[in-house]
Amino acid sequence: MSEYKLLTFPKGGVHPPENKLTADLAIERFPLPSKVYIHLQQHIGVPAQILVKPKDRVRTGQLLAQAQGFVSANIHSSVTGTVFKIDEIYDASGYRKTAIVITPEPEDEWVEGIDTSDDLKADIGQFSSQEIIQKVKDAGIVGMGGATFPTHVKLSIPDGKKCDILIINGVECEPYLTSDHRLMLEKTEEILVGTRLLMKALNVDRAVIGIEANKPDAIGKMTEAAKKYEGITVQALKVKYPQGGEKQLIKAITGREVPSGGLPIDIGAVVQNVGTTFAVYEAVMKNKPLIERIVTITGKDLDHRGNFRVRIGTMVKDIIDYVGGLPEGTGKVVLGGPMMGKATKTLEVPVGKGTSGILLMRREETKRKKVLPCIHCARCVTACPQGLEPYLIMSLAERGIWDKAEEAHAQDCIMCGSCSYVCPSNRPLQDYTQFARNTVMSIMRARKKK
Amino acid sequence: MNPIIIAVVVLAIVGIVAGLILYYVAEKFKVEEDPRIDQVEEVLPGANCGGCGYPGCRQFAEALTRTDTLEGYFCPVGGNDVMARVAEILGLEAVEKEKQLAVVRCAGSYEFRPVTNEYDGPANCAMEHALYSGHTECQYGCLGHGDCVAACEFDAIYMDPVTNLPVVVEEKCTACGACVEACPRDIIELRPVGKKSRRVYVACVNEDKGGLTAKACKVGCIGCGNCEKACEFDAITIENNLSYIDPAKCRLCRACAPVCPTESIWELNFPVRRAIPSNKVKPKKKPTA
Repeated sequence: MSEYKLLTFPKGGVHPPENKLTADLAIERFPLPSKVYIHLQQHIGVPAQILVKPKDRVRTGQLLAQAQGFVSANIHSSVTGTVFKIDEIYDASGYRKTAIVITPEPEDEWVEGIDTSDDLKADIGQFSSQEIIQKVKDAGIVGMGGATFPTHVKLSIPDGKKCDILIINGVECEPYLTSDHRLMLEKTEEILVGTRLLMKALNVDRAVIGIEANKPDAIGKMTEAAKKYEGITVQALKVKYPQGGEKQLIKAITGREVPSGGLPIDIGAVVQNVGTTFAVYEAVMKNKPLIERIVTITGKDLDHRGNFRVRIGTMVKDIIDYVGGLPEGTGKVVLGGPMMGKATKTLEVPVGKGTSGILLMRREETKRKKVLPCIHCARCVTACPQGLEPYLIMSLAERGIWDKAEEAHAQDCIMCGSCSYVCPSNRPLQDYTQFARNTVMSIMRARKKK
Repeated sequence: MNPIIIAVVVLAIVGIVAGLILYYVAEKFKVEEDPRIDQVEEVLPGANCGGCGYPGCRQFAEALTRTDTLEGYFCPVGGNDVMARVAEILGLEAVEKEKQLAVVRCAGSYEFRPVTNEYDGPANCAMEHALYSGHTECQYGCLGHGDCVAACEFDAIYMDPVTNLPVVVEEKCTACGACVEACPRDIIELRPVGKKSRRVYVACVNEDKGGLTAKACKVGCIGCGNCEKACEFDAITIENNLSYIDPAKCRLCRACAPVCPTESIWELNFPVRRAIPSNKVKPKKKPTA
């Protein structure tokens, strides 16, 4: 049996403490907040074009903003209520972006055609590949692991490329986060139906669900259930961060390597997160657009931790108040996991499609230590899963030597933070490599345009 | 024969042969260079600051000798004097340009712009701007790590330790534009020096709505439009909740500064304003902040 042989990616990686404090807590439904704030851009690409105006009454699941162009996503109302105003609201990046503010009514009135029951619908025979992609596009589904890349773009395979394997990412290698884990335990069949739908959309006959070995219950349950579904296997993976990185996961499962500057489709693979897969199931089988997601709220000092099914646009502040308020000594509130997540500037940030967790960290945990000179121990080089030299990229970025940074492949950084994690001199390697990556990528884009 | 003589003779022959080869090669592969390049380079300041848009003075000199007109070519460090001499060497017509200076369009010191967040990442404006949005509520204002100071080749800008804002030293600033490039928030602007070095400008770049700006900073431009109404020369425009004074149209009358409720219009190097007789003051709303 393949699940007893644990696979992993060969280069680099680190082992941060797992701290999966909420792994045993079942998903709860979060009550409707007093206001929801829905950003027009919750995805990579062009912001959606707004369709409503203040004082309009909207229903749950109604289209609020239309996707602009191919790489963009629809935005739907997550509540029934009236549009209060259209305002500039902070998003996870720390900058203010346009958002639609809605005052919800206590009762949901769903747009007709949406099936809100929890019954399993497994008959996928009626849908063609094109129909599935169109439904995914209409539902505004984006990659829910955190990257928020529009899913329909990933499913539309460009001419001349061929996909032969679908990988479902159930790794959840970030410490603390358990939203995908809980989803796999509670919505096992739904995820498998979603996987079948994605296989049909991509026209592949093989799908592998990758799960890290620290979730034996999920591996067991998924493996058992997958026996009924043709072409789907579950693969257990060694616990190592960043196993859930797209490129690392493909390497671990298929042994293929995504070329520098390339996409997974170049080597015939497509990766989708389990959260996305569940959203695809709901969109296709139940006509339900992406209006809620599972968010893990956790922290060592928090009494009421949990995994909540939260409507998109709920303020982080409301969620923290619901679980008992900010504990004393909280230093940072991180959206996402501790390795790749971003500390928020204020608590008045709404949950977006890519917010997988809210992590409250103690002040002493988050305090940066004194930066010492590089001792050239090369631990960052050993830890880098992409095989880069973070110390070199950092020193190039400090001096602004972007052509050399490009030669050092700064653009291939996946921003996992392993380099900063292992540095004995506490150097801000990840900050600089991320900065170098963004700068080099924009230089490359500008050159391509010319 | 004496070995010493042999050595001398052999060396002499080798020397003559090598000399002939070198002479032949030098003649054969001679690079014809415009002698004016050296002359022009001689005149240029030699700071290699890049203010002209070329990597250094030599490259700028080369570009100058190739062009037919001096339109679009300017050495901000040398100014009109240097360009006039360059024009003389090249036999072209000099293009006069008004002398400029860098101004810092942010007045949000600690006193006026409270710090809301702790930022303990790399002390570098470009980094803080790209990865985080700053440690104050204002997402447009100065980050105070001094990227502009590091970029200045002329020691013409320094960080004021009290306000934590950059200050331009007028005598040293050459308007090369290095700080303008370096600032990730586009706060620094090159503006004409003006008569007697007098300048009026809006010391704010915040494009948020008035309420948000006022919440973030006491001296931010809230886009109220008072200055636009006060200006008799159409020099002031309000765009994206931000006022901008066009230096080409501004006559330095200073009508705009007193009507600004947040005192975000700065007037530099003017004599102290005398109190206006009360019968000449137009009735207006009480300033809010």
